[in-house]
Amino acid sequence: MKTYYNPEDLKKFSNIGEFDKPLADKFFSWYGDVFAEGALTAREKSLIALAVAHAVQCPYCIDAYSEDTLAKGCTEEQMMEAVHVAAAIRGGSSLVHATQMMNKVKELTM
Amino acid sequence: MKSLLAQHHELSQSGRQLQLLDEVVQSAAITPFKEKLKTLGFYPLKPTGIDILQINVGKLCNQTCKHCHVDAGPDRKEIMSRETLEQCLEAVRTSGISTVDITGGAPELNPHFRWFVKECTQLGVKVMNRCNLTVIFSNKKYNDLPEFFAEHKIEVVSSLPFYNADRTDRQRGEGVFAASVKAMKLLNAVGYGKAASGLILNLVYNPTGAFLSSGQQVLEAQFKKVLHEEFDVVFNHLFTITNMPISRFLDFLITSGNYESYLEKLLAAFNPATVNGLMCRNTLSVSWDGYLYDCDFNQMLDLKIGEGDAMHIKNLDLNYLNRREIIVSQHCYGCTAGAGSSCGGEVVK
Repeated sequence: MKTYYNPEDLKKFSNIGEFDKPLADKFFSWYGDVFAEGALTAREKSLIALAVAHAVQCPYCIDAYSEDTLAKGCTEEQMMEAVHVAAAIRGGSSLVHATQMMNKVKELTM
Repeated sequence: MKSLLAQHHELSQSGRQLQLLDEVVQSAAITPFKEKLKTLGFYPLKPTGIDILQINVGKLCNQTCKHCHVDAGPDRKEIMSRETLEQCLEAVRTSGISTVDITGGAPELNPHFRWFVKECTQLGVKVMNRCNLTVIFSNKKYNDLPEFFAEHKIEVVSSLPFYNADRTDRQRGEGVFAASVKAMKLLNAVGYGKAASGLILNLVYNPTGAFLSSGQQVLEAQFKKVLHEEFDVVFNHLFTITNMPISRFLDFLITSGNYESYLEKLLAAFNPATVNGLMCRNTLSVSWDGYLYDCDFNQMLDLKIGEGDAMHIKNLDLNYLNRREIIVSQHCYGCTAGAGSSCGGEVVK
C-alpha cells in the first residue's frame, strides 16, 4: 500500500545530504549541538522534542522521540504529560484567538 | 509463565536461535559480526587474561522474567553439583583468578550455595552474587540472606529494570518491584549501599523492550533520586545492560515484530571502542555441568570453548585458554552497541 509516510524513510534521514551536502552537514551538526547536555538535560530536551513532534504532527519524530525518551529512562506518565502540554498549547493557541472574535463581535453588535 | 524449554518452544534449542540470527543478518543485509571485527582488525578476538570466573550454579529460579537469556524459572531443574563446585574452587585456588561471580537462575536456590560462598571467601577472592532480590522472600529459609551476604562481605548485584512498579513488573512478574524494594530495605539495614560500610549493592538496568539504554550515569542518577525519595532505599552503582537477541528476548522480538529492526539498531550503534573492554576477554563462564564458555550468552547458545572434557572446569588449562580464539556470533552486537554492555555495565566510560 502506498502512503505518504513510510517508517523505513526515517532511517534515510541522513541521506538528505545527497542533494545538498553542505547544508545537510550544517543542519546535522547544529541538531547534534541542540540536543547535547546543556542548561537543559538531554532527557528534558528529549521530552520537549516528543511534545513538539506531536504539535507539528511529524510521525517520524514521534517514533524517534518515543524511543529516545524511553531510552533516557522517562516513564509513560512523563511522556504523556509532555504530549498534553503540546495539546494544551495547540488548543490554547486556538482559544486565545477567541478574544479577537469576541472583540469583533462586540464591535459589530449593539 | 513456563520456560521455553517446558513449552517445547523451538527457541529453547540453541541451534535454532543461531540459525535465526544468521537468517536475519542475511535478509536485512547486516554485516555478520565476525566480518565487522575483521574489517576493523579485531579478528580473531583474543583474551586479555582470565581475571573473573563467572559460575552459573543453576537454571532454577523463583522468577520467570520475560527477557531472561538463561530461560530460567521454577520448572528448570539444572543445578551445579557439589562435585563441580569443588572443581570450580580448585580452579580458583590454582589459577590466580581474582573474582568469582556467581549467577543463575537464582544462585541461592542451589543447595550448596552458602557452603560455596564460604569456601570462596576463605580463598581470599572477591565474591559477587547476582541476587534477584525476591528470592529472599520465596521461602523462610532465605529470609536471612542479607545477614549472610554481609557476614561474608560479598558484593550483591541485583536486577531492577526500572524505578517504578509498572515497568519492572511487566518484565519480571507481578509484585516483583514491591518485593525488590522490600529486599533492598533489608540489605540497606545490614549496611548494603551505605557509605563507609564497605558492603556494595549494585543494581542492573536493562531496557524493558526493544530499545537500547542511553547513558548509565544519567540513569543511575534517576534511579538513585526516585528510589531514595519515594522508597527510602539506597544502592551504590547502576550497571546498564543491553538485551541480547537470544532466548526469551528473541522470542519477544519475533512475536512483537521488532526482530529485524532491533538487529539493525544494534548494528547502527556498533562502537569499536567497546571491543578492548568486552567481558569475554577477561572472564571465563562455567555452566551448571562444568563446561567452559567465553561468556554467559555463549553458554546459553551452547557455544562451548573447545571440545569434550578437555574444556571442562576440572581440566582447566590456562595456557590454552589464554591463547584461544573467543567465539563470536551475531548476538555479540549486543555487547558492542553504544557504550558497550557487560555484566559490569557500560564498557566505555
